[in-house]
Amino acid sequence: MFDITIIGGGVIGCLIGRELSRYRVKTLLIEKDSDIANGTTKANSAIVHAGFDAKPGTLKGKFNVEGNALYDRVCGELSVPFKRNGSMVLAFSESELPELYNLEKRGRQNGVPGLELISGDEARRREPHLAKEVVEALYAPTGGIVSPWDLAIAAAENAIDNGMEMSLDTEVTGIERIPDGYRLITTGTAIESRIVINCAGLHSDRIHNMVATPAFKIIPRRGEYFVFDRSEGNHVSHTIFQCPTPNGKGVLISPSVHGNLLVGPNAEAVQDAEHTETTAAGLASVREAASKSSPDVAYSAVITSFAGLRATPDTGDFIIGEVKEAPGFIDVAGIESPGLTAAPAIAIHVTELVRERLGNPAANPEFTPTRRPMVHFSHLPAEAKSAWIQKDPRFGRIVCRCESITEGEIVDAIHRNAGARTVDGVKRRLRPGMGRCQGGFCGPRVVEILARELNIPMTEVRKDRPASVLLTGVTKSASEAVIA
Amino acid sequence: MNTYEIIVVGGGPAGLAAAIEAHKSGAKNILILERDRELGGILQQCIHNGFGLHIFKEELTGPEYAERFIREMDALGIEYRLDTMVLEVRNDRTVDIISSKHGFETLQAKAIVLAMGCRERTRGAINIPGTRPAGVYSAGAAQRFVNMEGLMVGKRVVVLGSGDIGLIMARRMTLEGAKVLAVAEILPYSGGLTRNIVQCLYDYDIPLYLSHTITSIEGRDRVEGVTIAQVDTKRQPIPGTEIHYDCDTLLLSVGLIPENELSKTAGIQLDPVTGGPVVNECMETSVPGIFACGNVVQVHDLVDWVTEESRKAGRNAARLVLGQITEGEPDLRTRANHGVRYVVPHTIRIENIEKEIDLMMRVTDPFKNKYLVVKHGEDVVKKVRKAHLTPGEMESMKIPVEKLRGLTGELTVCLEEVAHEA
Ligand SMILES: Cc1cc2nc3c(=O)[nH]c(=O)nc-3n(C[C@H](O)[C@H](O)[C@H](O)COP(=O)(O)OP(=O)(O)OC[C@H]3O[C@@H](n4cnc5c(N)ncnc54)[C@H](O)[C@@H]3O)c2cc1C
Ligand SMILES: Cc1cc2nc3c(=O)[nH]c(=O)nc-3n(C[C@H](O)[C@H](O)[C@H](O)COP(=O)(O)OP(=O)(O)OC[C@H]3O[C@@H](n4cnc5c(N)ncnc54)[C@H](O)[C@@H]3O)c2cc1C
Repeated sequence: MFDITIIGGGVIGCLIGRELSRYRVKTLLIEKDSDIANGTTKANSAIVHAGFDAKPGTLKGKFNVEGNALYDRVCGELSVPFKRNGSMVLAFSESELPELYNLEKRGRQNGVPGLELISGDEARRREPHLAKEVVEALYAPTGGIVSPWDLAIAAAENAIDNGMEMSLDTEVTGIERIPDGYRLITTGTAIESRIVINCAGLHSDRIHNMVATPAFKIIPRRGEYFVFDRSEGNHVSHTIFQCPTPNGKGVLISPSVHGNLLVGPNAEAVQDAEHTETTAAGLASVREAASKSSPDVAYSAVITSFAGLRATPDTGDFIIGEVKEAPGFIDVAGIESPGLTAAPAIAIHVTELVRERLGNPAANPEFTPTRRPMVHFSHLPAEAKSAWIQKDPRFGRIVCRCESITEGEIVDAIHRNAGARTVDGVKRRLRPGMGRCQGGFCGPRVVEILARELNIPMTEVRKDRPASVLLTGVTKSASEAVIA
Repeated sequence: MNTYEIIVVGGGPAGLAAAIEAHKSGAKNILILERDRELGGILQQCIHNGFGLHIFKEELTGPEYAERFIREMDALGIEYRLDTMVLEVRNDRTVDIISSKHGFETLQAKAIVLAMGCRERTRGAINIPGTRPAGVYSAGAAQRFVNMEGLMVGKRVVVLGSGDIGLIMARRMTLEGAKVLAVAEILPYSGGLTRNIVQCLYDYDIPLYLSHTITSIEGRDRVEGVTIAQVDTKRQPIPGTEIHYDCDTLLLSVGLIPENELSKTAGIQLDPVTGGPVVNECMETSVPGIFACGNVVQVHDLVDWVTEESRKAGRNAARLVLGQITEGEPDLRTRANHGVRYVVPHTIRIENIEKEIDLMMRVTDPFKNKYLVVKHGEDVVKKVRKAHLTPGEMESMKIPVEKLRGLTGELTVCLEEVAHEA
């Protein structure tokens, strides 16, 4: 029997898991996919919003500003890349000014620090690539950029370091009530738990409906993006927004914390959570919309495109709290944007709810807020490099040449808590294959290393979910060679 | 700091030929640096025949071709290091390297030869919309799995792009029992060698769709299908021309790009058309003492030309070390004109040409029956009649040094009409 079971290994579930690991509780995190951070958390704008978008008085508004303020500490402790690069919202005509001023007013009501209205010329002085049409802009110094999946992975790793358990490839298919809690029916073994926290993202309505009458519906809304080579990474230094429309925050242009440039998203309702494909029309609309902010982005430097799905609730706000008719069952649902920003604050809030329910469990005396340091080999000075290689020769073998990643780093990423089991998992943690060659060179090597370290044949190494088979068998020539 | 006369970056056919020729030309203290586990470069995964027709007058496999050079290099006692990655090359001719055996080191050379080869373009760069399932491979990565690991990448295959690697892999996959359904090429002609189209596609009844591209990839976990469509002259898909294939694999053979990350950090000037360094008659780059050859300069279709070009680079690197090169401003610059896409080398100092200069070039489109002409102003320096010209096949023109003596300014290379014969 677990004290707490968290359904869903996105940034929300992982940060809640880490927060709970501060206490003496038995916690399990279950995730249906083969890796954590494989849902919305891996495909979004990666912006730590300042907090002027949400209406005052909403959960979105409250947790956005609180979450933003927590980012320096959380990312510092977990050594996750995070940068307060500041953001700007652009107005392109007089007619957009009321909306811009409205944002500024809302921001002040929400408690966003340092907001500043600047002229179009001042905006262009700070960002030379902005369009000449920009008449005024709202500048927010607390806006930031982060690596969302690194944050989720680091939180899960740290939580496991501190005693949390985790079960991947485990999908919850049903929930039964038992006298002192719930029994979760999964694609693996059944799990019993006193408290269940629903962090299932796009599927959080389905999970809710397993224990209670339907109270909300999640509408997946797709957003598509372009990712640019690092050569374009300095096109802008701030995150550049346009004035929001009823459809969302509009298309942004932003540097990523890894030095690439990101342009997107559009917003389009789709049928179900499987629709993560990009479309020619969607990408074209992103490009057109973005050209309004900056007309001279070099699309020849695009290295890839992707799509993410917003878990938009039909209630309009985050749904956070214990379900009345299901004691001990807590929804953390409908966490669309600014959910990433809000996540650290949501985690603290939910942990408080759980502690109350469990009668204030004692603090975990072994809790450490940091994880074993990551080695970023390419950033080390020359002598340190040689020293590492002497300790472990695998650091002398560069596997990904675009991002300068060594075999030693890949092996470490596999063997850490919440480590990588798939090619995408390795890619997500270290970025081999995310550079300009997109894995053309290092792909086969990564497969080889995964097979060796996980002690499985190369044909069993997967790109991502179990059905994403990479190699379909042995060649005729190879099997004949074995027989001969 | 360890010092060498010549450091060669890359141990593929280009690096090997350059090192051997440098040695034969009098340089003795030479080091080849190769990041892979063996020498030979991309040749090691090219197990098909077709290498060496020009240099050896016989058809060798890739590994056999490489082996001849590796043996010669060994016989000459040239030093090499495997599993050693060059991280940085600087314009003072120092290089940073890293290896499991020796850790991180900085070496100094009197001359450097860059021979890093090229890499494949990948899907993102060409932006096919759709999902991102397993089963999308660059043709070279697939070739590595199939030929070097003995592992199959799929069973029903569509190939995008008709570059040579894609063509060779279409045949390889068929021989290994896979069904290759189609090859789609966005251009109205193939960038591959004619002999590969015949021997790899037609002989196996694999259809080649020219002016077609992939408009979508389906499948969430593994590729389940792709749709191809015909494109108009602006390369935009024409609605209604779609053909759908149920398949589990998409191979991309959409072009190669010279691998010049090291050249960029060294401050070497690159030619935006070739993607490789701007070079002079010695195959020396814009940074004095740094030479380049093989696919890092321009993507070659035949390894024989790589060998020739690299011999030239190696010989001149040795001459530079031995003080036999006259430095100074170039006498001539080359320029591609009408129908010619690029010319290598880019500049010429006539005094350094030993017997003749070999101009290498590619045409912009397929042509029939044209003169390939080298001109100095209105004067024709050399003129050759060509029955067929295609962008997929590199052309070359050898010009004896006597014909160039005294010339300055620009040498243009262009195509001219052949007057109709009565
Ligand atoms: C296009 C887009 C742009 C965005 N931009 C920003 C931004 O710039 N800033 C910001 O603050 N926020 C942004 N967001 C919002 C942010 O990405 C999300 O709020 C956040 O990632 C939500 O995390 P999560 O953990 O709730 O969901 P997810 O990451 O989706 O995690 C849910 C997990 O639950 C698992 N799961 C589902 N069902 C089951 C089951 N039955 N059994 C087991 N596991 C299950 C899933 O596999 C998944 O891993 C954006 C979102 C989108 C889509
Ligand atoms: C799939 C394929 C099929 C082909 N088929 C034919 C054919 O049938 N007939 C024919 O004549 N030609 C063919 N070719 C062309 C011929 O093989 C190439 O032109 C030739 O291999 C290029 O030689 P190279 O030495 O310039 O490059 P490569 O062979 O690519 O060698 C470059 C070497 O440099 C090393 N390197 C790169 N960067 C670094 C670094 N930073 N540090 C250390 N080492 C580094 C690489 O590991 C590699 O070993 C084919 C090419 C390919 C790719």
